[in-house]
Parts: sequence; structure tokens; C-alpha cells
Amino acid sequence: MTDTTVNAGIAHGLYTEGEPVADTKAPAGPIAGKWTQRKFDAALVNPANRRKLDVIIVGTGLAGGSAAATLGEAGYNVKVFCFQDSPRRAHSIAAQGGINAAKNYKEDGDSTYRLFYDTVKGGDYRSRETNVYRLAEVSANIIDQCVAQGVPFAREYGGLLDNRSFGGVQVSRTFYARGQTGQQLLIGAYQALERQVAAKTVKQYTRHEMLELVVADGRARGIIVRDLVTGEIETHFADAVVLASGGYGNVFFLSTNAMGSNVTASWRAHRKGAYMANPCYTQIHPTCIPVSGEHQSKLTLMSESLRNDGRIWVPKNRDDCDKDPRQIPEEDRDYYLERIYPSFGNLVPRDIASRQAKNVCDEGRGVGPVVGDFRRGVYLDFADAIARLGKDAVEAKYGNLFDMYARITGENPYEVPMRIYPAVHYVMGGLWVDYDLQSTIPGLFVTGEANFSDHGANRLGASALMQGLADGYFVLPNTIRDYLAKGPFEALADDHPAVAEARGRVEQRTARLLQIQGERSVDSFHRELGNIMWEYCGMERSEEGLLKAIDLIRGLREEFWRNVRVLGSGDTLNQSLEKAGRVADFLELGELMCIDALHRRESCGGHFRAESQTEDGEALRHDDEFLYVAAWEFSGGDGDGEMSTPVLHKEDLVYEAIELKQRSYK
Amino acid sequence: MNLTLKIWRQAGPRHPGEMVTYKVQDISEDMSFLEMLDVLNEQLNAKGEEPIAFDSDCREGICGMCGLMISGEAHGPEKTTTCQLHMRSFSDGEVITVEPWRANAFPVIKDLVVDRGAFDRIIQAGGYISANTGSAPDAHAVPVPKPNADRAFVAAECIGCGACVAACPNASAMLFMGAKVTHLSELPQGQPERAARVVSMVDQHDHEGFGGCTNVGACSQACPKGIPQDVISTLNKDLRAALRG
Ligand SMILES: Cc1cc2nc3c(=O)[nH]c(=O)nc-3n(C[C@H](O)[C@H](O)[C@H](O)COP(=O)(O)OP(=O)(O)OC[C@H]3O[C@@H](n4cnc5c(N)ncnc54)[C@H](O)[C@@H]3O)c2cc1C
Ligand code: SF4
Ligand code: FES
Repeated sequence: MTDTTVNAGIAHGLYTEGEPVADTKAPAGPIAGKWTQRKFDAALVNPANRRKLDVIIVGTGLAGGSAAATLGEAGYNVKVFCFQDSPRRAHSIAAQGGINAAKNYKEDGDSTYRLFYDTVKGGDYRSRETNVYRLAEVSANIIDQCVAQGVPFAREYGGLLDNRSFGGVQVSRTFYARGQTGQQLLIGAYQALERQVAAKTVKQYTRHEMLELVVADGRARGIIVRDLVTGEIETHFADAVVLASGGYGNVFFLSTNAMGSNVTASWRAHRKGAYMANPCYTQIHPTCIPVSGEHQSKLTLMSESLRNDGRIWVPKNRDDCDKDPRQIPEEDRDYYLERIYPSFGNLVPRDIASRQAKNVCDEGRGVGPVVGDFRRGVYLDFADAIARLGKDAVEAKYGNLFDMYARITGENPYEVPMRIYPAVHYVMGGLWVDYDLQSTIPGLFVTGEANFSDHGANRLGASALMQGLADGYFVLPNTIRDYLAKGPFEALADDHPAVAEARGRVEQRTARLLQIQGERSVDSFHRELGNIMWEYCGMERSEEGLLKAIDLIRGLREEFWRNVRVLGSGDTLNQSLEKAGRVADFLELGELMCIDALHRRESCGGHFRAESQTEDGEALRHDDEFLYVAAWEFSGGDGDGEMSTPVLHKEDLVYEAIELKQRSYK
Repeated sequence: MNLTLKIWRQAGPRHPGEMVTYKVQDISEDMSFLEMLDVLNEQLNAKGEEPIAFDSDCREGICGMCGLMISGEAHGPEKTTTCQLHMRSFSDGEVITVEPWRANAFPVIKDLVVDRGAFDRIIQAGGYISANTGSAPDAHAVPVPKPNADRAFVAAECIGCGACVAACPNASAMLFMGAKVTHLSELPQGQPERAARVVSMVDQHDHEGFGGCTNVGACSQACPKGIPQDVISTLNKDLRAALRG
């Protein structure tokens, strides 16, 4: 590193640095005892008082659905919101592979400590030890809870639960329900939630979108939502607000996330004072179906279990790239992962597999259709597996994935090698929370993918479902009571300045989006933003590229507020208007992601900086300088699309239970 | 390929609707049906006409948000969801009609978007197992025989899309409800509430205005998840047992 690159962001006036984060509020004492201590110390709320306490939960995915059901059962007065037409459709439904838990049912040496260790290592030593330990600690209870609800996990002939192993670990701790684990877990949480709706402890608002947070007298006290059917703007009050609104991978336009996944709830809270942590940490999944053309609206993931038997390759010679792959002889194929990583081969972690696929395609050795200016695909070949195991065995293992591939591409993967390419899949970044999952705004709690808390710079497979349910069933209900015990807070009037401000902002913004009547559709802005993010803040990032991206995004944002075309009116269902609001927020988030990526001049997990690599091109961390969580404070910018220089607050990461190491998979 | 689309447009729940004809050109066969509608919507937007409202979210066939009547078939000609239907299933020059689900219990909100809140209310009536958080015994305390676990899983695959209702001449939701009843009845955890559950869910179903089942079988044919018709037999068996007390 040279001095000229030091503080590039500060040097360019892109951010300033503020006070470090003083305290994450984890109790003192040995790591294994902290959670028990916290549960004991957290104040209790008398059952008779719970009914007088209102809690708003935004989101009905695993994180929000489980929390709403649990707080409802406990007797609090809960309101839960989602933008889909039913809580059961939250994006968690799409998770395929499985959920981790340290049950050690296989007696293969698993333990709370091992799950904790694997998660910290997998996160490339950028997560907070205390939170991760607790996650591992409660993981076993999740499986018990889900089974009691009737979640049909895969079972063995003896009637006991089956497990499999999943990316980058050596024990079998992943519980699954065929390729639909997320669906089955979410249906379990949804049914528990509907039971509370019937019991009238929870009121559910579907097709409602949160557009502002109400912060009064320093506390989160409510939200402003738009009823997506009638267009009505409503104010909802509470003693505490929980955001479980999911991840923001759609800032890249193309991702494996559902079409509606967005950052609005988090971003509105960020603008009101909640810090955003590590926003640049993005997970790019190696086994997705490649883009087929310009019209593409989303990308489809295929379980990474395919890498257990499929072999990844590209032609050695560019001239072979448009040939029928079956005609390319063995000696002209480059099984590049097996070549570069002889010991892990095709099973290297997600970030490495993705980056190497990008490298060979950038070299001009990609396969499949030319999209943009080059071919974006590599082969995932099952010919050897079919020869070795037989077609039936391969079908039994991967049949549903092969069918999905055939349906989407129109090709038969039993005969022609599959083509895959990396796609944005998950974000490790999110709103900063302390040990209690409370943000920097008192009374605002954040759970699930929306917070930053447990996965550091890279998430292990099957750990997001675990985190969502851990947060919602077991962690939040125990920590939020410490806050609620101080309530109920004084009722707010509709004309309280904080309420009027939040409501007014939503009304003005909605009106403005409808008034611009420019030339370009919302989607065209979103697509362009996605291209910028993918190009410069995707699998490989550099100072030069990020500075360029920041300029481009600013220009695009300025154009958006001048030239977007949103037709229709505000008082009916208006899907363009919904999208416009989300894209407007992505246009601000994108800039912060680039600033975060620019300031972190090291490579770690999903964040690869071209300037920070070893001689053979592997990611190089700089623990001396960057062993911290970057928590960003919004520093103002009143008008739509305006944001001034963000302020960086560092939370130093302390490793007491685990020793820091550089990852190696060679 | 070039296509002619006849699409239901309806400004709001209380407005009359009508079929409107649109043309789309140069549609790639790799597009999904909904991406084809995205292309049409971009065209409409460019012309200053309000885009067509339709629901979708995951676009992977799992959330159950999408659902269109395509040339008279729920989710179109293939056994899959609308979002997973690709244009290679159609031919150049084809005329395609696109309508919302039609059922009294699913009122139209706008264009192709309907209100399926009735499904949530059927689940609220008993489609769950009462197991408070934190009260669960160890997951291995009660083994579940694999055949029961497997059948529970098959039934639990329902995505709540509503195609079964749209396909049924009686607009009955028996397949949807049978799937939930079967999922929970196959498991030991579901036994304590088995009788009360089915009675209460069926009451709610009728109250919502869904029709009765006359064993037509169109539901199972249209179901993108292949929920078998025998879940309805399970439901009827459970209902008879419950009513006999
Ligand atoms: C294709 C795919 C496969 C995956 N497979 C796995 C896997 O096998 N194992 C694993 O562990 N993880 C997996 N993941 C990751 C995991 O599914 C997600 O991280 C996790 O489900 C997120 O859950 P959540 O509850 O935080 O948010 P979500 O499930 O995204 O829910 C967000 C909720 O917030 C609501 N919402 C958002 N914004 C607003 C707003 N402004 N107003 C009102 N409501 C709002 C939405 O309506 C929704 O109800 C996968 C992800 C993808 C994309
Ligand atoms: S039974 Fe089939 S068609 Fe009916 S709602 Fe469920 S998945 Fe859809
Ligand atoms: S959009 Fe989710 S099933 Fe079609």
C-alpha cells in the first residue's frame, strides 16, 4: 500500500470520520455465559402490562414472522406489515438448501463452539464474536420449535431427522426439506403468525409498504405506510419498531432476490439516524443460471450442492467458446478450479468460485450467448458423474434442479453441460445493531438479513435461515422486553412535529414522483444503476472504478428526480409508483456502498479489492488497519435524492475466543 | 416472435373491466411470460399509457404471488407457475388471452391483480399446530415414520397461488384446504387439533364464498405443484370423523 491510496475517500471529500462506536452492550464474562446473563439481566414485563405495549414489525419473512408470532403469544399488542398480498410470500420462501443447527445428531463432533468457529472463519473474521456465539447457542432450539410446528424436514427410514453437509464445513449439520427448506420454515412461522392473528394479539397489514419511520423525542415511535391498494397514507404508532425487511441485493437490479425486495424500510431509518454497517459486503453466488438477454428481470439460483458432483470448466482456447462443448476434447478444457485449488477443487467457498468464473470470462473464455460485450457463463458438467454413478443416481440427487434448469434455458442438462454464472444473492451489510439487536435509534430493533450482525464479510450456506429464526423466535423477544419495560410511552398526537414531518415527507415524495412526468421508465434507471454497481462494486472493486461509479450514480440520481416517468395516480394500486420509491432509495444506497467499498482498502470475504491481493491473486486482508465494523451515519440532505458526506464510526472487532488467521483453500 | 395479446383491464374494484388488444414484437423464446409483459409495460409507459398491473415476486415458482388465466388455462399451457412459463411454449403469431383469477372469493383489485385474503383467513381458522415458542421438546423426541413425513411434505408444497380455485368450475378451494389438512394430519404433532381444525377451516371456506367440490379434478390438473387430488379425500375423511365426534 502506498500513501497516495490511504484515505482515498477522505481525500476526495467523500466521507468524514466520527467517534468510534463505544459499546455493543454485550454483558461481561466468558463468551459461553453471556447470553444466559443477558436474559437474566433484561427487565421483565408483567403479563398484564404487555397488552398495553404496542410493537410494530415490518416484514413477515423468517425474521419478522417468527418475531410477530412470538411477541403475540407473549401477549404484546403487535402490528405486522408486508408489501406482498400475504405474509407467506416473503422472500424467505425462496431459500432452497437448508438451515444449520449444532444438534450433533450425527455424533460427528459438532458443537456450539464449532458452529461459532466455522461462522466466524467463513465470515473472514469480520463479524462480532458475541453475537455469533449466541447464534450458534440458540440454533438447536430452532429445529425443536420448527418440528413442533409441523415443519416436514427430511427424515431417515427410522423416522429421525436427516442432515447433510454444506459449503466449507466438515460436519453434517444442515437440516433440510428437499430443495424447499425456506418455504417449509416460512410456512411454519406463517401458521404460527396466523394463529395469533386469529387470537387477535397480532393485526396483519398486507399490501402495505413502510415509507417513513417516526422518531419522536429520540425514540422510534411509529411508521408511515402506504396502503398499496387504496393509496392511502397511514400513520401507525408503537412503543417499539422492529425492522425485519430483508436484504437489498436488488440494488444490482439483477439478483436472485424476489422482485420486490428493497432497502426502503432500512434506508428511511438510516436517514433518520440509524447507522448502516458494512454496506459493501455483498455475497455473489457462483451457481446461478446465466443471463440470457437484455430483457432479463431476475436471476435464478441453483443449489450449490451441484458443485459436489459437477465439474466446472471453460475452453482453453477462445476460438472454442462457441463450439458444442461435447465436441471439445479433454485436453482443450480448462478445469480451472481444480487446476488452481488442487485440494478444494470445485468446492472452494462461494466468493472464490465466483471470482474465478469472472476472471476466465473476462479473459474471453466464457461460454453461452454474448451478453453486453462478452460471454458470461462457464460449464458445470455432469458427464463424469453420470458415467460414474449412472443417470438414475444423478437424477435422484439433483432431479428437481435439472428440471428447473431445463425449464428456464430450454436445454437438457443430462446431455449438454449446464452453464452457470455468478449472481448477487445476499447482503451481509445492513443496519448496525448492538447485542440486543437495537439500532442506534432507541426503540428501533433490526432482525434478519436487514441487520449486519452475524456473517461478517461472507455468509456460510444455510446460515441466513438460522439467523432469521434465531433473531425472531429467541433473541429479540428476550432483548426487546428490556426496552419495553420502560413503556408504555406517552401517546403521540397526529400533529406532533415529528409525526407531521414524517407524514408530510411521504406525501410530498409521492406527489413529486407522480409530477415529474419525464422521459424514462423507472426500470430503465434501475437497470442502469444495476449495471454500474455490477461493473464497479461487484465481484472486484478498485479505487479508480469506485470513484467512477460514485460520479455515475450521482449523475443518474440527479437525472432520476428530473426525468423519471411514473404514470397513473397515487390513490390506486400503482406498481410503477411503488418501484419508483424503491429505486430512488437504491440510488442513494448505491453511493454509500461504493464509498464503503472505497474506504476498505483490503480484500475480505465477498469484498475483493484489486489493490489488495497476494502474488497469486488471492484476497488479502489487512487486520492491522481494518479489523472493525464500518458503521455509517447519514449526515443530512433534506431534499429527495440529496445526501451530504456520510460519517464513519468504527466498531473495533475484538477476538478473544478465536484466533485470527488468513483463509487458505489451496 | 410476434404476438397478439388480449388482456383484461380494470381500473379498480368497482370499475367495469374489458379486454384490450395489444401487439408485441420480437419476443425472445427465452423470456418468461412475465418478462414478456414487462416488455409490453415498458412500451405502454413510453407511449404514455398506464402499465398493466399484475402480481409477481419471487419469479421462481415458489412464493405463489403470480397467477394468470392464460388462454383459458390457469398458469397457462405448462404444469408450472406463470412466472416459470417461458415464451417457447407459444408460437409466432399466436393470439393469447390474459385474465385474472375469476372467483367470487377473489375480487379483482386492478387489471390482473386479485385479493386472495380469503386463503389467509382459512389458515387463521385452524391451519396451524399450536406450539408456543420455547415450549418445544427435542426434535428427536417423536420420530415420524418416513412415509407419513413424505406425504406431509408433498401436501405442504402448496404455494397458495389459487390456481386450483381459478380452474375449478365451482370455484372451490378444496385442494388448497385439503393440502393443509393433509400436511398437518400426517404428523403426530398435528393430532390433538385434528378434528377441530378441519371443521373450522371448512366453515371458513364456505363462509368466504368458495364453491363445493364435485370431484371434477381440474384443480389438481392446474396445480403447479402437483398437489394430488387425494388430499381432498383425506379432508373429507377427517371431516366425517370429526362430525361423527
Ligand atoms: C434464492 C435464494 C436461496 C437462498 N437459500 C438459502 C438457504 O438455503 N439457506 C439459508 O440459510 N439462506 C438462504 N438464502 C438467504 C435467505 O433466504 C434470506 O437471507 C432470508 O430468508 C431473509 O429473511 P428475512 O426474514 O430477513 O427477510 P425476507 O424474507 O426478505 O422478508 C422481508 C419482509 O419484509 C417485508 N418488507 C420489506 N420492505 C418493506 C416495507 N418497506 N414495508 C413493508 N414491508 C416490507 C416484505 O414484505 C417481507 O415480508 C437464500 C436466498 C435466496 C435469494
Ligand atoms: S393446491 Fe396447488 S393450485 Fe391450489 S393454491 Fe396450492 S399450489 Fe396453488
Ligand atoms: S412470482 Fe413467485 S411463484 Fe410466480
